[in-house]
Amino acid sequence: MISLASEHLIILAIVLPLLASVLIVLADKLPNLREVITLISALLVAMLVITLAARINAGETPGFDVFEVVPGITISFSIEPLGMLFALVAGTLWLVTSIYAIGYMRGHNEKNQTRFYAAFALAISSTLAAAFSGNMFTLFLCYELLTLSTYPLVTHAGTAEAKRSGRIYLGILLGTSIGFQLLAILITWSVAGTLDFQQGGILAGKLDPAYAGILYALFVFGVGKAAIMPFHKWLPAAMVAPTPVSALLHAVAVVKTGVFTILKVTLYIFGSDFITSSGASDWLIWFAAITIILASLIAMTKDNLKARLAYSTISQLSYIVLGALIAVEMSLVGASMHIAMHAFAKITLFFAAGAILVAAHKKNISDMAGLGRAMPFTFIAFTIGSLSIIGLPPFGGMWSKWYLALGMVQSEQWILLAVLMISSLLNIAYLLPISARAFFAKAKDGVVYAEVKEAPLSMLIAIGFTSLACIVLFFYPDPFYNQAVDAATRR
Amino acid sequence: MIENHLSLLLVVLPLLAAPIAAVLPNGRLPWAVSTLVSWSVVYLAAWQLMNVSTGQVISYELGGWAPPWGIEYRIDAANALVALIVSGIAALTLPYALKSVIKEIPQQQHALLYAAFMLCLTGLLGIAQTGDIFNLFVFLEISSLSSYALISLGKKRQALTAAYQYLIMGTIGATFFIIGVGLLYAMTGTLNMADLAQRLPELYEHRTIHTAFAFIMVGFALKLALFPLHVWLPNAYTYAPTVVTIFLAATATKVAVYVMLRMVFTVFSFTFIENTPADELFLLLCVMGILGMSFYAIYQKDSKRLLAYSSVAQIGYMMLGIGLGSVLGATATLVHLFNHALMKGALFMAIGALVYRVGSSRLEHLPGLGKQMPWTFAAIVIGGLSLIGVPGTAGFISKWYLVLAAIEKQNWLIVGVILIGSLLAVAYVWKIIEVLYFKATDELEHKYVTVKEAPLLMLIPMWVLVLANVYFGFNTELTVGTAEQAVKLLIPSAN
Repeated sequence: MISLASEHLIILAIVLPLLASVLIVLADKLPNLREVITLISALLVAMLVITLAARINAGETPGFDVFEVVPGITISFSIEPLGMLFALVAGTLWLVTSIYAIGYMRGHNEKNQTRFYAAFALAISSTLAAAFSGNMFTLFLCYELLTLSTYPLVTHAGTAEAKRSGRIYLGILLGTSIGFQLLAILITWSVAGTLDFQQGGILAGKLDPAYAGILYALFVFGVGKAAIMPFHKWLPAAMVAPTPVSALLHAVAVVKTGVFTILKVTLYIFGSDFITSSGASDWLIWFAAITIILASLIAMTKDNLKARLAYSTISQLSYIVLGALIAVEMSLVGASMHIAMHAFAKITLFFAAGAILVAAHKKNISDMAGLGRAMPFTFIAFTIGSLSIIGLPPFGGMWSKWYLALGMVQSEQWILLAVLMISSLLNIAYLLPISARAFFAKAKDGVVYAEVKEAPLSMLIAIGFTSLACIVLFFYPDPFYNQAVDAATRR
Repeated sequence: MIENHLSLLLVVLPLLAAPIAAVLPNGRLPWAVSTLVSWSVVYLAAWQLMNVSTGQVISYELGGWAPPWGIEYRIDAANALVALIVSGIAALTLPYALKSVIKEIPQQQHALLYAAFMLCLTGLLGIAQTGDIFNLFVFLEISSLSSYALISLGKKRQALTAAYQYLIMGTIGATFFIIGVGLLYAMTGTLNMADLAQRLPELYEHRTIHTAFAFIMVGFALKLALFPLHVWLPNAYTYAPTVVTIFLAATATKVAVYVMLRMVFTVFSFTFIENTPADELFLLLCVMGILGMSFYAIYQKDSKRLLAYSSVAQIGYMMLGIGLGSVLGATATLVHLFNHALMKGALFMAIGALVYRVGSSRLEHLPGLGKQMPWTFAAIVIGGLSLIGVPGTAGFISKWYLVLAAIEKQNWLIVGVILIGSLLAVAYVWKIIEVLYFKATDELEHKYVTVKEAPLLMLIPMWVLVLANVYFGFNTELTVGTAEQAVKLLIPSAN
């Protein structure tokens, strides 16, 4: 594998999950074989992205065109540091989630598991293809494919509620992407004559700065996956999906594809200098700032654990968007790193939520008092994830917040700095009480959770891995830090 | 030597096949003859397109009479593309037809159905091939009369009313057209399109020419079901036999749009149109059609009727390209004309497969069938995505060019309408998908437990079209390439 050219590794990373999805369907009647296919392809993909990351660090910049769709517009893939960072996160976490999902799906007796694994693999393929996209057209294509491939996962339960959520999901994601993003892409194409991602952007000097703000807004709101208010409702709706989906797709792959797209547009379509000089983001930052605070406040009111985590994700995504909108070096480093740091922390929280559901059949936070003593491992992991989200040392989440804060200092956005700090306090308020009550409060009605045990082993392995990663990333953030700095400082 | 006559053969072959099919005994023979003919025709059409795709023009003088006195077949990239669509769809619909027709139509009518089908094919191909405006009228009538007959073969009694309604509207349209042609002939003394294009400019100020133009436009607007002259279409598509719906939806309106392009850009010219209210009127009607009919589609309870309203909305998109009056707009029209044939063909075939298995196209009768008929369901999903215009499908390429054409004209209202239209398409396409995807009531589920996937003979043509939808979403050499070539000849001033 190592001897293959990087271009081939890119193709493999995209095609392998695609192939896996076909094989999974064929192995419908043999559940064990089906899960082996998932695990092997996830393992291979993880190895592929790690190999690629090493090569990118060594200075390679692989890229290639697949073919031309219409004159001047190609399907093309290439790797730059930001995409590599994203692929590294999604690719490695797929393996972890697959291990987790097998325990969850069997432990929870879910139906239609073949469709679940097949759609999951498809979604990962689209995510990796999005990460490696070489131009805006390819990215848009993958963005839409990701929306569609996750629809069967969101509506997995097949209930009336799932159907309704599916409508909200598709309505908002397709609506914003066709209504705004496609329009923005078409305008970009007719102004710039290209859609390639280029260092320093393709619009500077071609687009009247007075219109830059409008076009940028079309992009930012057109990326519904970034869940900026008022286009955030799809994310809580998507929580009706099985927990592995919420964990990997709606805390990592799908939502991060959103913020990743915004970062890409900022860096390689507009160029950060053009954003700051034209003032394109001057009023947009307030949408992100309001989303951060408002989503945190809503999170506090949610008793359903997954709903609370969903609103927490909405809030955290806007950190990244804010970092992109401010568009100074430090904020871009922070935003890029937050893709990774938030991913590891939030997936831990979702994993824990799923473990609680499978082991104790509890969905609501108010019912979890005292549960910590029955499931100490799960709740310790939950605490670690919470602390990393809050951004305390010694957890990885500290670094991304650190650089985001530095970026706000650098651009002298004092109000935004205050927003960041208030939000951290709100994080404490809506996350820490969950584990505190689980460990220290007495259960309602004096119930003793004697019969409740920890979740199946495969789920615990996954939880252990991601929570450990939260700690390791504090001491060794280099894999993500290097790529983030590289992406933000290249000129 | 024979090569020179191939363009004529394209029309003559199905014309000869029609009486043969009619006199053959009911059974598989008429079907076999028609299928064979349609396959040879598609081969001829492909050959023809290859010959003109680099920009030359084939001129064929019927009976050796030189134009403008004799009838001329004048083939450029635009005709050839339309001829390929028509014959290609026919060649795919006929294999599909075998089983569907046996199920839907009494056996004693089979031979007549295939004969009428061949006549309809003759008419549509003739319209595409001819360069003579009166000859065009003749072919128009051949295709129209045969399609009235085809529609009336539908199983339900409403088919008769639908056919009658179409007959009345279609006849009015044809009459308007021939009045327009008559006025043009009176003024110029010629019926040859190329000749007309040369003689008309000096008469542009003349009121008779304006009247002729108005008659021709309204006549064909009826034929292609431009909103608000579309009322015949939903009934016709809903009650016609499945095969007829597939064929007409994918070809008849497309041919009419082609004639519109030819009239607006070649016979008249856009400089002429700009001095009439026609272009603004087109845009207005398109906007109303796209928005109104898409809304209408959302509230339909029958999947065939839903798609029929969607067709009316999609015709709005095609006419937008004409109304914008630019090279890019005309390109978009031609591209969408081709792509829409692919998507509607695939979708109606898939709905037809459902009808074949459960005997109804009403949404309330279809819940949960996606599980029983996964390939048909997948075809509807992909065809539907193409209809919406999701990237990676042919429909996206259409939308791409349409929006670019509107942006080029700085017409932001049109840009908005196209995008909103796509969102409405999400709503009506998903209405069908949701019904098929989610579980039925226990009662229905029990009833459908024995429902099998559609037969291969239906699945294969369906999937050829589905895959074509994906293929032409990535490789646009044939569609966009030919369209650009065609527009160069359609709009001489573009060079």
